[in-house]
Amino acid sequence: MRAIAMTLRHELIGLGGIVERNVYLTRRYIWWDVAFFLWTVANTLTIVFIAKGIEAAGGRLDVNRATTSLLIGAVVWAYLGILFEFMTETVAWERWEGTIEYTFMAPLSRPAHLGGMGVFSVLYGLLRAVLLFAAVAFFFDLSMPRADFVSAVALLAIASISFIGIGMMTAVLPLISPEKGSQLGFVAQGLLLVVSGVYYPVSVLPAWMEWLAKISPATYALRGARASILEGAGLAWADVWPLLVIGAASIPLGLWVFRRGELYAKRHGKLKRSG
Amino acid sequence: MTDLHAAPVIVARTRAGVPAVEVRGLCKEFRRRDRRAGLLARKTRVALDGVSLEIARGECVAILGQNGSGKSTLVRLLSTLLLPDGGEARVFGHDVFADPRPVRRLVNRVSVEASFFKKMSPQENLGYAARFYGMTSRQTRDRIPEILERVGFPADRRNEPMEALSRGMQQKVALARALLTSPVLLLLDEPTTGLDPRSKLEVQEFIREVRTVHDATILLCTHDLAEAESLAERVGILHRGELLCLEPVHELMARYSSLTLEEAFFAATGTAFEEEGDDDDREVLA
Repeated sequence: MRAIAMTLRHELIGLGGIVERNVYLTRRYIWWDVAFFLWTVANTLTIVFIAKGIEAAGGRLDVNRATTSLLIGAVVWAYLGILFEFMTETVAWERWEGTIEYTFMAPLSRPAHLGGMGVFSVLYGLLRAVLLFAAVAFFFDLSMPRADFVSAVALLAIASISFIGIGMMTAVLPLISPEKGSQLGFVAQGLLLVVSGVYYPVSVLPAWMEWLAKISPATYALRGARASILEGAGLAWADVWPLLVIGAASIPLGLWVFRRGELYAKRHGKLKRSG
Repeated sequence: MTDLHAAPVIVARTRAGVPAVEVRGLCKEFRRRDRRAGLLARKTRVALDGVSLEIARGECVAILGQNGSGKSTLVRLLSTLLLPDGGEARVFGHDVFADPRPVRRLVNRVSVEASFFKKMSPQENLGYAARFYGMTSRQTRDRIPEILERVGFPADRRNEPMEALSRGMQQKVALARALLTSPVLLLLDEPTTGLDPRSKLEVQEFIREVRTVHDATILLCTHDLAEAESLAERVGILHRGELLCLEPVHELMARYSSLTLEEAFFAATGTAFEEEGDDDDREVLA
């Protein structure tokens, strides 16, 4: 029992070390992050202004509701982008810095290692998502009288369990292809959101894509966040339980995929480029 | 002066009476795509070819070899960073490939590249490495400055980013990182390559001290014949993945009827030590 407690303590300290390192690096690169945030704000605005554009072109829609709905979609898009970026950097950044071999030969389990990256990416991503929502909302005279932001953020946090699991799968890609692997994280982000109704209801999708939407955690995150902010619906069990089920499946699957990639890299000498 | 005995207790247990390192018939090949030979063609490079060796606890063994001779592959295999194609390796009785976790607690490594997060300071980098070994920030707060002082790293530069430090300074931090985790087996892969003469001597002196005071077993892979001769009890010659010999320097010279280690190396391999190893010579189309 004592040995298990010691091991658990050791793992948590290691997990905390990963978070701590990311805090240091974020501080060092903070002005780059600010620049990237400004780009994200601009990019989000190009999407959110579409609602006003449709009205200006003679279309009939509830501009306030459409603008808020698009804003939620764009913020979730940006959140997933950051989360997958951090998860993919688990390998890519360390390979670039040359530290990857020291990390992989350390006595820290891979779940704790990847978990540390996941915890930091969720905390950083949620903070950034809140700031992005506030910054873009500032450009519009949005009325959200019934908004339940706490529930929306909580739902995004629950959905993040699944996102981390998927992120673990994308994190392995730079082990297989050092040059192109990290870019495939964006492919996962795009594929996930296109079937999840990022800027439109899932009902407009072709039937086969609607089926895929059912197993995408982003579907429930978007649906629940919109219901919380537009209707003040709060945390709905109908959104929470699928996220918990998908999360329970995606974390072990993500770890398994990463483990396979790690074994492949160790067998073929791909942990380090000069192997 | 810091007392190195004050290092934290090694978490994993070493087994009394077993060698520090046991390697039997270790083989490793790397297969690479060969576009010149066709779309699906692969060529195979033999990195290690049936290497066997044993290192006693507390011993320092040096492995000499040219570039591409397989030294780094051997170190990476013992560091659990590669999986072999054949053979076995044990560190203090623990199977390196089947049960890597306890091995990782016992081993640390210093390689030719210092390998740090360049924007982070030595203090931050060492703290990061220490967390993996279960050391809390409270434990490392005093310990890191002590170790940095011990390796001769100036106190006023502890918080500068690594990218602002010279190569010699970075290598001292790398030694501090290895020592911080109290390794029982230290794998040194050309730790002084590229250093100026003074830094080289400082690092070598430190290796001696770590061994004496810290009771560490050392496997030193090097290009430097004088370094191998002065630090190691036994010297091995690794050539094209084969370990040709492993014995005390005087026996090695006697075996090849040589007056110097360099002559012995030449006699053993048929090449001068300065010549680059030609990897392509060992490649065959798969």
